[in-house]
Amino acid sequence: MIKFTDEQSMLLETAADFCRNHGPIEKVRASLDADDIDRGLWQEMSDLGWLGINVPEEYGGLGLDISSIVPVVESMGRYLLGSPYVSSVLVAECLASCGSDSQRSEWLPKIVAGTIGTFALTEEDGSWVLDDIEAVGTVSDQTLHLTGTKMFVTDADVADLIIASVKIDGAVRLVLIERNQIPPGNLSREVVIDQTRRSFRLNLDGIEISASQVLAGSDLKAIELNSMLMLCAEMSGGLTGVLQVIVEYLNTRKAFNRLIGSYQSLKHPSADIVLSLEAAKSHLYYAATLVSDGDDNAETAIRMAKAQASEAFAFAGDRAVQFHGGFGFTFECDAQLFLRRALWCQYQHGDENYHCRLLEPLLLDQAV
Amino acid sequence: MTEKELVEFRAEVAAWFRDNAPDDPGFLLPETFMEVGTDEQFEFLRDWQHKVYEAGYLGMAWPKEYGGGGRPQILQDIATQEMAKARVPFMTNTIGLNWAGPLILKMGREEDKKRYIKNILSAEDIWCQGFSEPDAGSDLGNSQCRAVRDGDEYVLNGSKIWTSLGTYARHMILLARTSTEGSNKYAGLSYFLAPMNVPGIDPKPIQKLTGEYGFCQTYFDNARIPADCLMGQEGEGWNIAMVTLTFERGATGGQAGGISSMELTVNDVVELARRVKRNGKPAIEDPDVRRQLVNFLIESKSNRLMGVRSTIPALASEWPTAVMMSGKLRASELNRRLSRFALSMLGANAARFVSDEATDGGKWQRGYFNAFSATIGGGTSQIQKNIIGERVLGLPKD
Repeated sequence: MIKFTDEQSMLLETAADFCRNHGPIEKVRASLDADDIDRGLWQEMSDLGWLGINVPEEYGGLGLDISSIVPVVESMGRYLLGSPYVSSVLVAECLASCGSDSQRSEWLPKIVAGTIGTFALTEEDGSWVLDDIEAVGTVSDQTLHLTGTKMFVTDADVADLIIASVKIDGAVRLVLIERNQIPPGNLSREVVIDQTRRSFRLNLDGIEISASQVLAGSDLKAIELNSMLMLCAEMSGGLTGVLQVIVEYLNTRKAFNRLIGSYQSLKHPSADIVLSLEAAKSHLYYAATLVSDGDDNAETAIRMAKAQASEAFAFAGDRAVQFHGGFGFTFECDAQLFLRRALWCQYQHGDENYHCRLLEPLLLDQAV
Repeated sequence: MTEKELVEFRAEVAAWFRDNAPDDPGFLLPETFMEVGTDEQFEFLRDWQHKVYEAGYLGMAWPKEYGGGGRPQILQDIATQEMAKARVPFMTNTIGLNWAGPLILKMGREEDKKRYIKNILSAEDIWCQGFSEPDAGSDLGNSQCRAVRDGDEYVLNGSKIWTSLGTYARHMILLARTSTEGSNKYAGLSYFLAPMNVPGIDPKPIQKLTGEYGFCQTYFDNARIPADCLMGQEGEGWNIAMVTLTFERGATGGQAGGISSMELTVNDVVELARRVKRNGKPAIEDPDVRRQLVNFLIESKSNRLMGVRSTIPALASEWPTAVMMSGKLRASELNRRLSRFALSMLGANAARFVSDEATDGGKWQRGYFNAFSATIGGGTSQIQKNIIGERVLGLPKD
């Protein structure tokens, strides 16, 4: 029911070691709101072959499926590492399934070698429904003129390619925008709740690309589900990280001559958090198994995982701040880093209410 | 065994339970071993367990020389799963099958194994548990019931409470105090495999909040039991009790298998939502009901998946004991909330109780009240959270 191969175990071990070594919290703090990504870290990830895990072998990758990335992303989430890793991997996944032969052979080997990719999907109303968009692409001759605005385009300033969703002749299509096709001034940095994220607003007005840059396929659902799987991995890791922060403080801080962890009002919610982490991790690897198997129930499993983890991680972050008392109210306390990460993950690609609503017909209206 | 053999075995067991499931006895059966309150219920359930054992689907992995099947554990696991799926009555000798039996197999003397194991499986000897006391609540270490050595006997005085099946049991796993000295309260405790049919042992049924019976308070008044009923040495009682609790909580394998309750599942409640009405329409069309059902389905899935993932060492979390230490807490709390939610769907009829007019004869109301036995018994949920905080997360004691 949950499968985990030896290959994945090895990857998990490597990733856990790597992220532990790169993840001291001081380093994370130094990277907040940074002007550039950590190039050294990126190079190392690329050298480890992590950018090609899900890329077909003919393009220089390992040819595994997207679920094999889960242990890597979970480890990154554990230490709050920020990088364009997830977006690049997901762009590769999208190109492999929706791109033309020439798009695949042009871009996939580059991504394996460290070229950065990202998505421009969300728009100003913040809707989680990915085909609910206003951006438009108008064809004239062989040129596509883009208009509209995209939000939450992570690492857009350093990305070599951006996959954006636009309506062409009324249908939602995916287009591949290269960095040199974005006029200066069309990108502006967004202030976002998770400061390990480098997020941009992308003004599409005035961008012109070749009609050949439209992707053959436009499987938004696959993008949504794969993105959610990665967010679940990040949340599972983040829950572990924030619980470590809680446990450490509860075992050292005293109030009224007692270690605060001895008070049941703090101990019991901490027990709830560890069980919610166990649940999140279980849903995560179950969903990963179904994705890997191409099982029809993968969507249900991913939405369940996203709903459960979103609520659990946000609760843990919230309690982490509260349990630190006055210190928790300061920027210096690490609890806020996890709370911010939790809120980002919760509100990207749908929170628990959104997914529970979508799960209702999937779980309740089928024949029993 | 090959995958094919396992599949065949599963089919064989499923067919057996389908063909041999007992007929409706014509009276409301209890839903767990803690709720057996009348002689007709008890006799019906004892005969059923006997039949399952004779068919070879109980104690399959226990050693053959003591009456078990001597077969791989996986077969018993499959048989137990099929038993649950078939919705047949539970195995009533749960304390023997799942707590006392595995304890005796693990720590008992050869003669104990020969003497007790087979009759546990066949339901010939019913076992009960004497751990809790009226004044000790969840604090087992505080047991006051006395056992004083007198020649070849121990003399018992005091009382134990929440003895399920107390009036039917032939033996009791008993935690009693052999000494009031020692460095701490645990040091004076000893563990006995005690007979119930001796003068001075008197199990008195307790009426539950449902109005039914099922538990006893067992009184000891100068009751004399043979000294060789002592398990291990004097003073080892606390440690042996802790081993028993690992079996009780399902933290360790080794149980005889079989179901010990007619577990309420979230699917039962979904099914109820399809057939009861709210505002003139099936409750399952009500937005609030739908949301709650989805939440319960996710939670129930969480519990199932945790059990599955915990068997994969590479996927252990940084607190690897959390899953096994929390089984009772998670299952019992889900069951209590699920039962209460089921009631909420009945509209004004939620205010009925066990009677012909009540939906399903009042099984939902009775089920909700009985759900507290598992959230309280075996260490309350609040104690369970202390245990998880302290033993899993390493937080300080209070």
